[in-house]
Amino acid sequence: MNGWMGKIRTVLLLGILSIVLAACGKENLTALDPKGYGADTSMDMIILTTLIMVVVFIVVIIIYSIVLIRFRRKKGQEDYIPKQVEGNHTLEMVWTAIPILLVLIMGIPAVMTVFNLADESEASDSLNIEVTGNQYWWHFNYAGEEVVTSQDLYIPTGEKVYLNMQSSDVIHSFWVPSISGKMDVNPENVNTMYIEAYEEGVYWGKCAELCGPSHSLMDFKVIAVSPEEFEQWIGDMQNVDPAAIPQDAVAQEGKDLFEANNCMGCHAIGSSPSAVGPNLTNFGDRTKIAGYLEPTEENIVDWIMDPDSIKPGNKMAGMYPDLTKDEASSIAAYLMQLKPSEITPESAGGIK
Amino acid sequence: MSIAATQNRGFGATLWDYLTTVDHKKIGNMYIAAGAFFFLIGGLEALIIRIQLIKPENDFITAGLYNEMITMHGTTMIFFAATPILIGFMNAIMPLQIGARDVAFPFLNALGFWLFLFGGILLNLSWIFGGAPDAGWTSYAPLSLQSPGHGVDFYVMGLQLSGAGTLMGGINFIVTIVTMRAPGMTYMRMPLFSWTTFVTSILILFAFPALTVGLFLLMFDRMFGSAFFDVALGGNAIIWQHLFWIFGHPEVYILILPAFGIFSEIIPAFSKKRLFGYTSMVFATFLIAFLGFMVWAHHMFTVGLGPVANAIFAVATMAIAVPTGIKIFNWLATMWGGSITINSAMLWALAFIPSFTIGGMTGVMLGAASADYQYHDTYFVVAHFHYVIVGGVVFGIFAATHYWYPKLFGRILNEGMGKLAFWLFFIGFHLTFFIQHFLGLMGMPRRYWVFLEGQGLDTGNLISTLGAFLMGLGTIVVLINVIYTAVKGEKAPADPWDARTLEWSIPSPPPEYNFKKLPLVRGLDPLWIEKTEGKGKMTAAEPAVDIHMPNGSIFPFIMTIGFFIASLGFIFQVDNHLWLLAVYFGMALALGTMLARSLKDDHGHHIHKEELEREAD
Repeated sequence: MNGWMGKIRTVLLLGILSIVLAACGKENLTALDPKGYGADTSMDMIILTTLIMVVVFIVVIIIYSIVLIRFRRKKGQEDYIPKQVEGNHTLEMVWTAIPILLVLIMGIPAVMTVFNLADESEASDSLNIEVTGNQYWWHFNYAGEEVVTSQDLYIPTGEKVYLNMQSSDVIHSFWVPSISGKMDVNPENVNTMYIEAYEEGVYWGKCAELCGPSHSLMDFKVIAVSPEEFEQWIGDMQNVDPAAIPQDAVAQEGKDLFEANNCMGCHAIGSSPSAVGPNLTNFGDRTKIAGYLEPTEENIVDWIMDPDSIKPGNKMAGMYPDLTKDEASSIAAYLMQLKPSEITPESAGGIK
Repeated sequence: MSIAATQNRGFGATLWDYLTTVDHKKIGNMYIAAGAFFFLIGGLEALIIRIQLIKPENDFITAGLYNEMITMHGTTMIFFAATPILIGFMNAIMPLQIGARDVAFPFLNALGFWLFLFGGILLNLSWIFGGAPDAGWTSYAPLSLQSPGHGVDFYVMGLQLSGAGTLMGGINFIVTIVTMRAPGMTYMRMPLFSWTTFVTSILILFAFPALTVGLFLLMFDRMFGSAFFDVALGGNAIIWQHLFWIFGHPEVYILILPAFGIFSEIIPAFSKKRLFGYTSMVFATFLIAFLGFMVWAHHMFTVGLGPVANAIFAVATMAIAVPTGIKIFNWLATMWGGSITINSAMLWALAFIPSFTIGGMTGVMLGAASADYQYHDTYFVVAHFHYVIVGGVVFGIFAATHYWYPKLFGRILNEGMGKLAFWLFFIGFHLTFFIQHFLGLMGMPRRYWVFLEGQGLDTGNLISTLGAFLMGLGTIVVLINVIYTAVKGEKAPADPWDARTLEWSIPSPPPEYNFKKLPLVRGLDPLWIEKTEGKGKMTAAEPAVDIHMPNGSIFPFIMTIGFFIASLGFIFQVDNHLWLLAVYFGMALALGTMLARSLKDDHGHHIHKEELEREAD
């Protein structure tokens, strides 16, 4: 798949090991079943180092077992004093030299892959997305495309997508285990990494740096679609008219309430760069509510009424105490019909 | 003061004796006891964490409380359990091993202990005063700046106090080893545990100042409006990570090197063979310590330091496998051809070898930076460092407890209970942590309050929680064993294990002055040499003389109380300026006591040789 490392892997591992590993964990979440370039590269290093280490471990265990079987004190030998050996120059050289050799075998590909994964030479010719980490959600701005979204990151398959990441508050870490290893999202600088998904699908993303009480709920998704579908999605998102009047009467009422409560003070619909709260342009297509709940009207109502019970410590907590349940469900109806595109997580294969 | 007089005294007198003692053995025992107490607290916190993670989306504790639990578990275990227990053993054993009558600065030794203890008490007071710290034991800025309440303030002041104590301990051990070795005890005849004490102390000397600086910056950011880590005001939050890990990585070796030393004593003693490759063991210890300062950024591979930094730190990290491998093979070679007795102490040592090897191997795997992008901040890392710190350090502490208990307390721990505790803890440990390697790679980041349903993480977490309870059970058995031994334990002779080093040549427990006459050391394993080639006991290097001993003093305790009050003042002056009075009062008390100590001449006292001879009868 990628040069000589790939060949080693094919030879060694198309057998039992990869089947065992692939069986470990949930598809499109586990790092053990890589479906993107970064995850693949890391997996090569994981397998190489694991194999070498397992061989070392077996050697240690063999010596250890022999020692325990042969050199236990036996009955009738209570007074036996073994020969007091100071050391053995040759042996000590051997177990110094072999580890040095092993470190070189692992160190060289480690260095090569580190540089490979940090390669930014193609960045200017590729799709660039500005990623902002927030407590506890993700903001995605497609630079130059006038498209903004949050929580569900749409990318085209089979090409490098460059993510330029910064945090608006504390440190977060962007991790989509099946696609790529992680990179921290710092408040003070832009960190750039690229991801490349091999095939269409909805991939689980996690925040991997402690960022407060709801750290474990800061999930997001990467939705990889074919380049053509991606173009279509971008076009659909660009054509969204934030002022469009919904067909449905309840949803219309919801839109009025949305405006009356000044929700768009934080939540943009359309390509506005505002990012106090998640952008809601394609909210009706979201895989999850609040990052982890099923996208049902009931869950949206629960969220609007008491966000802190769903994501402790979020910024919307306690903001709308006067809203009735009916009003909240009208707003939910409005939000759920925000479906600007036919390219959805469902069309990408659905959430696994 | 004779031994007979120290017994049969009232509680008040005993308490006063311990508050004022400068005897390295008593201070060592207090370190071990206090550390064991914090170990139980940290263990309880660990069990609460594991109960929360027994099933997906559990609501046993709230998200905020969970973050407090993980922070306090880590902080307590590293700073107030593992470190002090090891310092306790160094304190109690190292002077005996090199043939010294005390450490070089007994007064400083007492001060170090009290600072550690009150640092730990201060940190745990946060539970009562509005919540514990919740930014993780690493306390990364800006999360630690943003953390509400006083939790992180308690973290800062608690670690600052105990850190000062640890630094004093380190300096003290270095001077002791350089200046107070018995006649004939050259450096290259020192037992490995004394060697690792020496190297660990050097690590403390260079690593703790980085933490001190970091904590001061954090303290000023939180309490006095500075902005060292505040990005919005031009600060830089990543500097905290550098400072923390420039301390934090050597701290790992501060913990593991003494454990290596412990195993290097126990394995030869119960194999009846001298340590294989002594010189290379010493050399490897130094190499590990040196490399330990060169690898801190491997904790920061995902921070975005760039490929050059990541590549350099990756290779440096892997290189540590070389000296560590030398040690593992030397231990195996020590046992090879030996006559191995397996008792509780040796069981822990034997379990250490494969367990720690796994931890070391995952360490190398983590060192490959491009693989670490997947492991980083997941349960794989949690598994790795518990394999190192439990499989290495805690196993070492349990081994040392069984091995040196007779020397410290004059009684032998019960073998049956010792073995039962071992098996419970050992099986529990592997159940808890082995599966976590896979949980991490299957997509479970660390410090997750809940994991979601249907992500294939349920079984692994359940197994892990069950294992944790077995470990808890094992710990309880150790506790029962200690109590049982105190009541009905078998009295220990001077040399219950037929061991090799100097501490076994004197009575159990040793008298206040350790050695009636300083011994003459004729080689490595001096007692063994005398037993196999000499008269069976140490030859004296001096005639009977009056022994000069330091006087006890309450000053270290008072100084610590002063700093403790000042720390509380610093924490609460944020709310109310009246608390500044506590700062002034506390500092005045501490500095005033220092002045008094400096101005007062205290020449110590002598134990006269006539008295020593009377005791011998």
